[in-house]
Amino acid sequence: MKHTISVLVENEFGVLSRVAALFSGRGFNIDSLSVAPTNDECISRMTLVTSGDEQVLEQISKQLNKLIDVIKVIDFTDGSGIEREMALIKVTAEDERRAEVLRIVDIFRAKIIDVTQKSYTIEATGSPLKIDAILELLRPLGLKELVRTGAVAIGRGAKVWN
Amino acid sequence: MKMSGARILFECLKKEGVDLVFGYPGGTVINIYDELYNFKGIKHILPRHEQAGTHAADGYARATGKVGVMIATSGPGATNTVTGIATAYMDSIPMVIITGQVPTALIGNDAFQEVDIVGVTRPCTKHSFLVKDVKDLATILKKAFYIARTGRPGPVLVDIPKDVQIAQTEFHYPETIELRSYKPTVEGHPKQIERAVEMLLAAKKPVVYVGGGVVLGNAAEELTAFCRLLGVPVTTTLMGLGAFPENDPNSLRMLGMHGTYYANMAMTDTDVLLAVGARFDDRVTGKLSTFAPHAKIIHIDVDPTSIKKNVRVDLPIVGDVKGVLVRMIKVAKANADKVANLKEAMKPWLEEIAGWKAKHPLSYKHAATVIKPQYVIEKLRELSNPDAIVSTDVGQHQMWTAQFFGFTKPRTLLSSGGLGTMGYGLPAAMGAQAAFPERQVITICGDGGVQMNIQEMATLVQYRLPVKIVILNNGFLGMVRQWQELFFDKRYSQTCLDLPIDFIKLAEAYGAKGFQATKPEDVEAVIRKGFATEGPVIMEFKVAREEKVLPMVPGGASLNEMVLNA
Repeated sequence: MKHTISVLVENEFGVLSRVAALFSGRGFNIDSLSVAPTNDECISRMTLVTSGDEQVLEQISKQLNKLIDVIKVIDFTDGSGIEREMALIKVTAEDERRAEVLRIVDIFRAKIIDVTQKSYTIEATGSPLKIDAILELLRPLGLKELVRTGAVAIGRGAKVWN
Repeated sequence: MKMSGARILFECLKKEGVDLVFGYPGGTVINIYDELYNFKGIKHILPRHEQAGTHAADGYARATGKVGVMIATSGPGATNTVTGIATAYMDSIPMVIITGQVPTALIGNDAFQEVDIVGVTRPCTKHSFLVKDVKDLATILKKAFYIARTGRPGPVLVDIPKDVQIAQTEFHYPETIELRSYKPTVEGHPKQIERAVEMLLAAKKPVVYVGGGVVLGNAAEELTAFCRLLGVPVTTTLMGLGAFPENDPNSLRMLGMHGTYYANMAMTDTDVLLAVGARFDDRVTGKLSTFAPHAKIIHIDVDPTSIKKNVRVDLPIVGDVKGVLVRMIKVAKANADKVANLKEAMKPWLEEIAGWKAKHPLSYKHAATVIKPQYVIEKLRELSNPDAIVSTDVGQHQMWTAQFFGFTKPRTLLSSGGLGTMGYGLPAAMGAQAAFPERQVITICGDGGVQMNIQEMATLVQYRLPVKIVILNNGFLGMVRQWQELFFDKRYSQTCLDLPIDFIKLAEAYGAKGFQATKPEDVEAVIRKGFATEGPVIMEFKVAREEKVLPMVPGGASLNEMVLNA
C-alpha cells in the first residue's frame, strides 16, 4: 500500500543522504521524495511516498525517527493530509492537435507556460492521481518530456505540524 | 581564553571524563598529536593498526561501561577504523571516533589521504559529524558523547579538518545538551509494565530471553533478582552471557544456533516469552515461522525499531531495561499470592526442562591422545580468577567459550556478536586490560583470527598489558570447515591453514612468552604456567582438528531441529 510520509528534519547538510541511505540500506521503496526548508529556516520538510505492508511501514516510521536529525515523522495515509504535485510537460503540438492539447489543458485547469510553433510546455498541478490522468490523455498526442516534483503533503484542518 | 581546535578536543575529552584514548598519528591529526605532547590527564595508547585501536576502544567500553575513544588520521587511517566501528555498531557499544580530515578548502578535491569518512561510515554509526567551524567543535563533541552513551548506545564519528584543529576560538563547554530531534524513551509505560507482569504470572511455561541490552544497561542485578523472585527459567544470547549466572539452577544457558538443547526446546514450547534487551537475531530465532509458535511475546527494549522488526510482539515496552525491571520487581512483590501460584503452575514445566537437561546436557567426547578444545575452555574456567575478563575472536572457539566457560558476571565476556569480526579478540582484550591493569584478562582465539591482529603483541609488550592469549590451534578456519563438512560434502575449499606457525617463537619475537600443549595431560600445566608468567603470554593448544560445535541448528531450520551428534 502507498503511504505519504512527511519528515521534519534539522536543516543540516547530509540529512538527505541519511534518509536516502536508510531507504536503500534497509531495502525500503521510495516512489518520490521532495525536500525544502519550511517557515522555520532551521527545519526542512521532506515528503516521501513509499509502499509496503503494515510491518514495513511501521519499521520505516521507526527507523526514520531513530535518525538523530529527524524531528518528527507524520504518516498522512489515513486521508488526514492533502497532497499536491506539480508537473512540467512538453508535448508536440502541431496542426489540429494544438486545439486538442489546449482543450485538455483547460479541462485540467493547467497552464501553458511556453509555446513554439511545434510544442507547448504545460504546467499542471493537483493530486498525483490528477497528474497521472492528464498524462494519460497527453501521451497519445506526443508527450516529449516530463518533470514531476513528487507529492508534497500537509495536514487537513487547523492543526499545525511544526 | 582562546584555544586551538586541537586543544579544545582534549579539554572536551577531559570534561567527558575520558582518561584513556587509543589512536594512531598521521598527517591530518599531527596538530592533535602536537597538543597531546604536553597535555596532562589523558593517557594515550598507540596500537599497531587503526582497526585494532578501534577494537581496543570497544573492548575498553564493554569492560567498563564508559565511552571508548579512538583517534585516527584521514584517508587510510579512517577507513581502517571502519570494521571496528561496524563491530561496535552491531553490538551497540558506546564509542567516539575522532578522525582527521583534509583542510576544509580541499574537501572534495581528491586531496592526499582524503576520504569521505562520514559518508563511508553512515550506515554503521549511530551518528556522525563533520566539523566545519572551530566554534562548533565543543558543542559537537558534547553531542557526540551524549548520543554515544544514551538511549541504545553506539559509535559516533567526529571528522575534524586540519584547519579546524589549528583555528582558535574561545573555549566554552556546554554543561548540558538538549536535542529536539533526539529524545530516547527511557521510562517504560507503567500500565504496560503491569500488564507484562500479569501476563508472566499467568503463564504455565514461561521463559525469559535475555540479550546484550541487559549487560549494556547495567541491569544484570535487577534481571537476576526479578527472575529469581519468580523462579522462571532464563536463557541468554551470546551478548547476554553473564547477565544471569549460568550456575543458577534456572539458567538454560545460551540459546540459538549453537545454544543448548534445553534452551531451544524451551523456546519452542514456551507459552509466555519475556525478551529483555534482545533483538531476535536470526542466529537466535532460527526459522521465523516456527519461532516460539505457542508464545505470547513481551519485548522490553530501549530501541523501538527492535520491536516487531523480526517477530510479532504481543506486549511491547520501550524503555531502559534497568528502570523497567525495577518496576516489574515492585509489581511482582505486590502480587505475592500470584507469584506463589505461578511457582505451583510452573512445576511440570520445570520438570520437563530438567528432563531435557538430563537427556542432552552440553557435552563432548574426551580423547586420550588429542586435546579437545572444550576441555581447554573448562580448564581455563577452573584455573582463572573469578572476575577474569574473557574476550574471543569469532568462530568455533567463540562458541565453545560461550558454551563451556560458564559466565556468571556481566561485562566479563567481550565478543563480536552482531558483526562477527575475526581479529576482534586480541585488541579487545588489550582495551580491557588497559582499563583494568590488575584484573586477569584472557583472550581465546583460533589460529585463524588471532593472525588478523597479531601485530598488537607489540602494543601489549610496550604498554606492559599482561593479556593471556589462548590459541586453540586446529590448523583450520574451523567454523567454515564445519559448515563445509556438514553441508558441502567435506569439500574444504580454502579453509585449511597449511603453514604451521611457530607461535612460541612469534611471542618471543615480540618480547613476550609462549607455551604450547600438544597432549591432554599438558593442558593444565600450560595454563598454570601461562597465568603465573608476568606480562603477555601466548598459550597455544594443538587441538583436535575436526571437532565440531554442537548442538547446531542448521541455517533456516527451526530451533528444535538441532543436530546433536554428527
